[in-house]
Amino acid sequence: MNIKDKVKPNILATPPSGIRKYFDLINEMKDAISLGIGEPDFETPWIIREEGIYSLEKGKTFYSSNAGFIELREEIAKYMARKYNLHYDPRTEILVTVGGSEAIDIALRTFAGPGDEVIIPEPSFVAYRGCTMFCGATPVSLELKAEHQFRIQPEQLEECITDRTAAIIIPYPNNPTGAIMEYEDYARIVEVLRDKDIVVISDELYAELNYRGRHVSIAQFPEMKDKTIVINGFSKAFAMTGWRIGFVCGHHDAIEQMKKIHQYAVMCSPTTAQFAAIEALRNGEPEVRRMVDEYNRRRRVMYDGFNRMGLTCFEPFGAFYCFPDIRSTGLTSDEFCERLLREEKVLTVPGNAFGACGEGFVRATYATSLDNILEALKRIGRFVEKVRAENRYAGAVTA
Amino acid sequence: MGQLQHEILEILRKNSRISDEEIAVMLGTDVESVKTAIKEMEEKGIITGYKTLIDWEKAHEDVVTAYIEVRVTPQREHGFDKVAERIYQYPQVKACSLMSGGFDLFVVVEGKTMKEVALFVAEKLATIDSVLSTSTHFVLKNYKDNGVIFNRNGKDEREAVVL
Repeated sequence: MNIKDKVKPNILATPPSGIRKYFDLINEMKDAISLGIGEPDFETPWIIREEGIYSLEKGKTFYSSNAGFIELREEIAKYMARKYNLHYDPRTEILVTVGGSEAIDIALRTFAGPGDEVIIPEPSFVAYRGCTMFCGATPVSLELKAEHQFRIQPEQLEECITDRTAAIIIPYPNNPTGAIMEYEDYARIVEVLRDKDIVVISDELYAELNYRGRHVSIAQFPEMKDKTIVINGFSKAFAMTGWRIGFVCGHHDAIEQMKKIHQYAVMCSPTTAQFAAIEALRNGEPEVRRMVDEYNRRRRVMYDGFNRMGLTCFEPFGAFYCFPDIRSTGLTSDEFCERLLREEKVLTVPGNAFGACGEGFVRATYATSLDNILEALKRIGRFVEKVRAENRYAGAVTA
Repeated sequence: MGQLQHEILEILRKNSRISDEEIAVMLGTDVESVKTAIKEMEEKGIITGYKTLIDWEKAHEDVVTAYIEVRVTPQREHGFDKVAERIYQYPQVKACSLMSGGFDLFVVVEGKTMKEVALFVAEKLATIDSVLSTSTHFVLKNYKDNGVIFNRNGKDEREAVVL
């Protein structure tokens, strides 16, 4: 028996992430700058780390309840109320997960299966498509456009909805575009979703990283709250990616079912991370502000840099990514990223790694030091000039 | 102080070599506003100078630092100000503060050798009339200075690509 023959077709059909090539290339290089890392460059603030260490010293190394320590769920309830005016019962409507990733997985497994369609606005984080396919459901791409600042348009949404639509992912602030949706944007799509029996899975992991006003959640619309699963967590806001801790909030009937998968798949989230997370919610706010202010300064530098070199970039108001349009270079996203890495040792991620409609764009993160950003911009500018000169030369030869 | 000035100080305290143009981009404002704000803060004495943090040990230059607790007799009319002035005029004195608690003045002295610093304390500091006593503590190793941790492994250990 060849074991690969036994692998289920929907698993085989799910492509691995298409960036292995860059990973191998950069590992052989010296002095390369990576703008390809989708996580904070800050270490977890010390007060939070220290709480995790203290819990270990006290020997707190046992399972928690499946849903997570009640103290943590109570802090999450207070946090969601204070930040987003969303009210959830910590006993029945909040589940602590192994990062936002597990939350995406169990939400999709609970609400999508064979024969169902899941609407995924793209370009976006790769796990939505993968997890949808693992459920045997069909991803339906809603192609976000730069001219709409990568926000969901109600007409596009209408077009994607069929009677097989089981769920829609709402991924804002967005990875990889840095787009956000504001209140009016949500009001317009709520018009469409209000009377539909479609579950909304709102991935709000980057909610704290909003550089234009307060983050808005679609669950704030009363008519949407009961059919929305809100996913949030600590990775991006508190720079806690490696701790693997997030949470999901929703109607108790949804949480109860999702909790079953969670219980049988992972038992509970890492408890060291849970203790640290309690401290994060109680006392981490100033640290979050410090990091957000720093990201915001770097954001302006990178956004300004791309536009100066003639790579049109819409202003990203969320997360920590810029998503410049590189079509004026005449290169595909893949060509651009590979050549940039080989010739100038700067790693960016091709936009089409986040869905076919990301072609023509690249993702660059400003979750790296200002020195790195400035040096990388210098190198990218040099590269773009070189490519343009080649294009002019080629044009002159053929003319 | 305005919000812009506050944000400029936040940037400059971490990196005083950054250009006005770069500050303007970082704060989403124009260069003129930044120049004006900085000039005003310099004139008002809010910004008193631009220094460099140096790990002298790595520069292989001998610098010895001592933190000195000084007890003094305050003088009529002048309190501690006059004696502090006599002390802080010396170029060897890098910092001088009036303290609450068990002693009065906290003096930071730098020199090339321990002997040099010790002689300065014995000959100059301790001999000032109103100085009652001194207690000298030499710095053996600097771990953190002005918010900057020395000898930290600054290597980015993250995976090179994360989607």
